[in-house]
Amino acid sequence: MKKVFESPKSLTKDPFTYCPGCHHGIAHRLVAEALDEFGVREKTIGVCPVGCSVFAYVFFNCDMICAAHGRAPAVATGIKRAKPDSIVFTYQGDGDLASIGTAEIVHTANRGENITVIFINNAIYGMTGGQMAPTTLVGQVTQTSPYGRDPKTMGYPIKVAEMLSTLKGVAYISRVALSKPAYILKAKKAIRKAFQTQIEGKGFSLVEVLSTCPTNWGLSPIEANKWLEENMIPYYPLGEFKTPEEVS
Amino acid sequence: MGEKMLMKGNEAIGEAAIRAGCHFYFGYPITPQTELTAYMAKKLLKMKNAAFVQAESELAAISMVYGAAATGVRSMTSSSSPGISLKQEGISYIACAELPCVIVNMQRGGPGLGSIQPGQADYFQATKGGGHGDYHLIVLAPSSVQELVDLTMDAFDLADKYTNPAMILGDGLIGQMMEAVEFKERKKIDLPDKEGWILTGCKGREKNYIVPFNLDPYEMEKLNLKIQEKYNKLKEKEVRCETVNLDNADLIIVAYGIVARIAKTVINNAKKVGINIGLIRPITLFPFPEKIIAETSEKVNKFLVVEMSMGQMLEDVKLAVNGKAEVNFYGRVGGVIPTQSEILTEIKKYLK
Repeated sequence: MKKVFESPKSLTKDPFTYCPGCHHGIAHRLVAEALDEFGVREKTIGVCPVGCSVFAYVFFNCDMICAAHGRAPAVATGIKRAKPDSIVFTYQGDGDLASIGTAEIVHTANRGENITVIFINNAIYGMTGGQMAPTTLVGQVTQTSPYGRDPKTMGYPIKVAEMLSTLKGVAYISRVALSKPAYILKAKKAIRKAFQTQIEGKGFSLVEVLSTCPTNWGLSPIEANKWLEENMIPYYPLGEFKTPEEVS
Repeated sequence: MGEKMLMKGNEAIGEAAIRAGCHFYFGYPITPQTELTAYMAKKLLKMKNAAFVQAESELAAISMVYGAAATGVRSMTSSSSPGISLKQEGISYIACAELPCVIVNMQRGGPGLGSIQPGQADYFQATKGGGHGDYHLIVLAPSSVQELVDLTMDAFDLADKYTNPAMILGDGLIGQMMEAVEFKERKKIDLPDKEGWILTGCKGREKNYIVPFNLDPYEMEKLNLKIQEKYNKLKEKEVRCETVNLDNADLIIVAYGIVARIAKTVINNAKKVGINIGLIRPITLFPFPEKIIAETSEKVNKFLVVEMSMGQMLEDVKLAVNGKAEVNFYGRVGGVIPTQSEILTEIKKYLK
């Protein structure tokens, strides 16, 4: 009998410890599938952030390092410069990448570092229990925006994909979602393109992945998918923002 | 024999680092150490299998070092006081992850933005950990440009030997000073194999991972005890200091770096007026040469600690002396350098 579906080699056998309905598991799997498909697992070094996905080092079956909060792109820069033939990716949440690590992501992108960034945007801080993220939507209630995010004092949610697309050093940027199978297939394509960009030495690539956090949103997994589609996608449009011609 | 060259302290560190096999440098400009960053740019950008990155911040620079060190290469960053404060986050991570690297601090007057003149007020930060958590750096304190060269090379070896970050704790004066230096041939020494932990891709082996945390407190305590063991070994094996005229001295000066250099002039001038002064110059500030200080305090009952701080190494000297002798202090701060005549005047006060 032919095996048509199995666990990617780039994932360990450890069961995910993420909350029910959280999209980290899907995102991990898509990254792992891409590494498998390109046959680069054995030359890949992943950088995990501070936040829920600090545990990504357990789940990815490749060399891994944990960076300080927000510094993953700088750590990745050090790795890639020392080992230019390796495949280097960071996996970061929205607090990590778009708040405390803003300087690192902007300058790593601007230098055109030949790395891939998987940016999980779930509009909230998960690990610390549901505080406002830089990507929290206007009016969204969190522990630290208990009356809803008020742009007058808390600013507007940052559109990372659009912002980084303005930088000349960037090769590939897209935004995807994981709330339904059709989106997941597109997300997989985008993640593949991002790694392909790196493998071909074309420069910095980033995929912003709109994700759910049912636990801290206070919704069931199904309601969370619906909330993402009704609230996040209108503000964070899906699609490719930048592609190197040869990869598109 | 190597060739003799006239070099500025900051540039000499760069040359020493490159000759020690450090081909990966990540830095950010700050006075008075920028010549080192510029030197590394000039050299490394022309070299193969090397990298120079002007980082967006000190936080990023030390994180780049963390990444590079994780792959097993020798890497370095450098800065001066305010910039070193910013690096503390990464230094704590590197110490916890037990990665070797070298950090240079050409200290300037503090606190705050302070001044751009030399200082020694980062002693506590350098020797007691600096960032959060229980850890130490290997701290080396050069007092000449030649020693900057030698200690920079030693720093890479010590860092590799103990898989621990090492710091060159200089000051703005020594970085700016020009002196003749020689890059001596060095004996190959046996260093531990890095193969077991480096991140180079998992071809032919299980994956390696470097994570500076453990949510299980008992495991985290174990990790702490393991790195403490390393510090005990350092205390046992790697203490270095220079002593001058300890026998029959009426008073012992304890000073490091450029201040020790001034103290040597004090010793000569004091001799001319019939005062017999000795000097203990710690070369390693961590591990601190407490034994020689303790032994000397059994024989000489007056000490004078001189620093470009308000009395930081003073505390370690007092701990080592442990009440057996009188420990006095003279310090200038904010970028002011103590003169030999000021120090001699101070000494005379205690020898009345």
